Amino acid sequence: MIHFVLLISRQGKVRLTKWYSPYSQKERSKVIRELSGMILTRGPKLSNFVEWRGFKVVYKRYASLYFCMCINQEDNELEILEIIHHFVEILDRYFGSVCELDLIFNFHKAYYILDEILIAGELQESSKKTVARLVSAQDSLVDAAKEEANSISNIIAQATK
Amino acid sequence: MNPFSSGTRLRDMIRAIRACKTAAEERAVVRKECASIRAAVSDNDQDYRHRNLAKLMFIHMLGYPTHFGQMECLKLIAAPGFPEKRIGYLGLMLLLDERQEVLMLVTNSLKHNMVDYLRCLVLSTCKKEFLIIEKLLSSSDRDLNHTNQYIVGLALCALGNICSAEMARDLAPEVERLLQFRDPNVRKKHCTNISAYTAQAALCSIRIVKKVPDLAENFVNPVVSLLKEKHHGVLLTGIQLCIDLCKLSEEALEYFRKKCTEGLVKVLKDVVNSPYAPEYDVGGIADPFLHIRLLRLLRVLGHGDADASDCMNDILAQVATKTESNKNAGNAILYECVETIMSIEDNSGLRVLAINILGRFLSNRDNNIRYVALNMLMKAVSVDDQAVQRHRVTILECVKDSDASIRKRALELVYLLVNESNVQPLTKELIDYLQVSDQDFKEDLTAKICSIVEKLSPDKIWYIDQMLKVLPQAGNYVKDEVWHALIVVITNASNLHGYTVRSLYKAIQTSGDQETLVRVAVWCIGEYGDMLVNNIGMLNVEEPITVTENDAVDVIQIAIKRHTLDLTTRAMCLIALLKLSSRFPSCSQRIKDIITQSKGSLLLELQQRSIEFDSIIEKHQNIRSALVERMPVLDEATYSGRRAGSMRATVSTSHGTALNLPNGVAKTAAAPLVDLLDLGAEEPAAPSSSGGNFLQDLLDVDTSSSSQSGTTQPQKSGTDVLLDLLSIGSPSPQNGSSAPDILSISKDNRTSVSALDSLSSAIGPSVQASFTAGDAPMMDLLAGFGPSPPAPPPKDNGPAYPPMVAFESSSLRIMFNLSKQPVSPQVTHIEAIFTNKSSDVYTDFIFQAAVPKFLQLHLEPASGNTLPGSGNGSITQKLQVTNTQHGKKSIVMRIRISYKLKGKDMLEEGQISNFPRDL
Repeated sequence: MIHFVLLISRQGKVRLTKWYSPYSQKERSKVIRELSGMILTRGPKLSNFVEWRGFKVVYKRYASLYFCMCINQEDNELEILEIIHHFVEILDRYFGSVCELDLIFNFHKAYYILDEILIAGELQESSKKTVARLVSAQDSLVDAAKEEANSISNIIAQATK
Repeated sequence: MNPFSSGTRLRDMIRAIRACKTAAEERAVVRKECASIRAAVSDNDQDYRHRNLAKLMFIHMLGYPTHFGQMECLKLIAAPGFPEKRIGYLGLMLLLDERQEVLMLVTNSLKHNMVDYLRCLVLSTCKKEFLIIEKLLSSSDRDLNHTNQYIVGLALCALGNICSAEMARDLAPEVERLLQFRDPNVRKKHCTNISAYTAQAALCSIRIVKKVPDLAENFVNPVVSLLKEKHHGVLLTGIQLCIDLCKLSEEALEYFRKKCTEGLVKVLKDVVNSPYAPEYDVGGIADPFLHIRLLRLLRVLGHGDADASDCMNDILAQVATKTESNKNAGNAILYECVETIMSIEDNSGLRVLAINILGRFLSNRDNNIRYVALNMLMKAVSVDDQAVQRHRVTILECVKDSDASIRKRALELVYLLVNESNVQPLTKELIDYLQVSDQDFKEDLTAKICSIVEKLSPDKIWYIDQMLKVLPQAGNYVKDEVWHALIVVITNASNLHGYTVRSLYKAIQTSGDQETLVRVAVWCIGEYGDMLVNNIGMLNVEEPITVTENDAVDVIQIAIKRHTLDLTTRAMCLIALLKLSSRFPSCSQRIKDIITQSKGSLLLELQQRSIEFDSIIEKHQNIRSALVERMPVLDEATYSGRRAGSMRATVSTSHGTALNLPNGVAKTAAAPLVDLLDLGAEEPAAPSSSGGNFLQDLLDVDTSSSSQSGTTQPQKSGTDVLLDLLSIGSPSPQNGSSAPDILSISKDNRTSVSALDSLSSAIGPSVQASFTAGDAPMMDLLAGFGPSPPAPPPKDNGPAYPPMVAFESSSLRIMFNLSKQPVSPQVTHIEAIFTNKSSDVYTDFIFQAAVPKFLQLHLEPASGNTLPGSGNGSITQKLQVTNTQHGKKSIVMRIRISYKLKGKDMLEEGQISNFPRDL
């Protein structure tokens, strides 16, 4: 089971956090501080696994972002690397060669995508195509609703002119 | 832009925050934003609610408090539109977490109500949405292009991520029904849409059964049908749910084993042999995630069941041989496959295959692969030790890897691989590496080396040699138990005393900054200083060295002046000096000067010792040599027994947890050493009790009533090694067998008290007078100590008291047998006898007692912690109460008894005030 997902920039800024196990706010910031201290200082050639408080944290760096997932001792670390890559590929497909700025300004979209991939700390869907389709279908629902709202407000604006 | 818009857009806020140069600027921007969001919240602004929530989420991610937005999430969820709901659920997951609610629950009942309200709202909204989808599903036209299916997805996702136990219980039936709503005949187009939330429902169920394990059985049946699915998402999540159900319920495991093993093997076969599928392809492998989950479930089913294991042999062999290992995805599958082979029932052919895969992994250049190989080899050790031993050299290389994670794993694996036959070369390798290893890693490495050496040393000289290599390099990382054990071994190896002390002398010249090395060296030089100087007990391998008496004293003088060393070490130095003053009479004056320098120390412990020792050297030449005689041999068996038992012993101490300094000073919190210094100011009754402590502290000399004044015969004693490190006296005969634990201090205390009392009475009225007057310096008391005539044997029988019932309840009776020694009227010895009046056994029985300030209480360990029922036995425990207000106030005591009755914790409390008045 994945206990939490963290996206941390090279400067130690948090870009996304998702907690599947209960951690209080205080614990969360402590965890983030501890882990960014450990992970950001590791050299490039080292393994992608860090042992921490009896758990394992699997991390992978993509450009300026570190994707970290915390798992149990007995879980498969190599598989988690694949899940991270799976997530990154879907982000990439969605944003069109994703960069850190995309994830900052559209952080909520990144969360929506993650929610289609992981629930309760487990993998939900292994097909990138399906995830992309589900997210875009929901996006278009939102867009349609927005358009409708805009047209109504335009009508109101026209009427009150 | 909307003409009515107010405030900034989300994008603009993020930009503003990113433009901040300092943390203070950022805080200002955030504060401003939060203020306007708060205003919008209180105005119940609807148009920008979702934008405000998005902003709050961003602010939350930066680490600012955003609890005031929680209610907004609910309002959005309750809104009819999909966009509002989508952001509302996201906010709910981000801003709210279970733990936080619990926290609120404790701090504020008002908020508690709000949380309850929130919960109800979420629940009812979700239920409403589930209901709509159910209706839709059962309706004939199956028009699922409706937004509702996505709304259900949102609700399931939110519940799967944050639902608490109560919510889980409430929602389980709905989720269970959603799981079953899958109709395989639905047209393909809609299929993926329904599949999406079937998968979500399955994962949501995982959360539910984890929160409320009793619900597991409800999900067993629905999940079986999921395992027959073609859709990967449903299959993945169904398998995962199965794995979790198996962990929770033995029955579920049996059921799946019978019903599903063959089917799963077939699914795995299909997946392994499936043609290229671009949708699921990862590095040339079709859906590695599904592979891995299937292998994992097969592992659970095959573990401990020969038939199921048999059923999956072929496919496992196929996976192990056919999977490409040049990509991470393939390795992930192989890794899972190896683990499955290791845990299912024995099949030697497969095991060979698995170990070979691990061997290949181990020689891989990729650190990740080596890491998992080490991980897996640790599990393989218990299965096939020999096969793992073959890779020993490679594993040993991994200990020296530049990657901390790999080093740690490898070290743990090496630790498992060490045995009698390879301990010497392995230890040599590890110690060689200790020299060059990272500082961070030294602690782990040292601990492991010490443990290996202690556990598997073939002989004492090898043990001492290895420790002598470790101490100079990593002396600061060596734990207390380790060097205590080393000293025990040294004292027992009488033929090696000279060799050890000389080696230590050489080592300390170069590595005087390693704390534990200094301690051991100082201790040994104190004990065996004469052997160091005179080259006694030379071994053939040794080269003779010339050390003068002054050189030996130099070493200790340097150590005591080194500021990096702590109190314990310096206190040990003082003791070593005292010992050397007797061993090297020519240096006596120099030693006295060094000791005198510590008289002004701000550290009480050092100051006190310095004054005491100075007085011994100056005024008590006649007893000094006897005082500082060589330590008796420490008993190894007792030491190791004490180590094992120390946990238990400390638990049974209810008062004044003993704080031990490993040099013969054991302080109890109840009688702090501070008392010793303001003895004169104390009221008359006090000195004799703390006087006992004084003698105790003064090198732990037990002048037992039977010994002649000034001469103490060293006897082999088995008391606490910490006490024994410096104790020269033997435990007095009236002590009976010496208790091998920390609490023995209280016994020693008692005897010294009585000894002191009898002593003072023997010395004569003058001392007695000054004693009771309360202004006699303790040194004077000691002055009378040496030449005093033999103390008369004390009368053993004090006044007799009838046994009293101290406490009685419906389930328990406590009897106290009281006794007193006439020489120490303040001290009452109590033997408590606990009897069980019920018919059931009490386990984990613990008696605790507390007394007012004017009393001092020592509890000794109880005779046991299990109390058989119906009065068929009893536990006894000795207590000792010292009444500093003897004659004025009588004893009172509060007690607390805790025990387990049929696994349930029980607690009884009471006050005992019916003690006889003259105690």
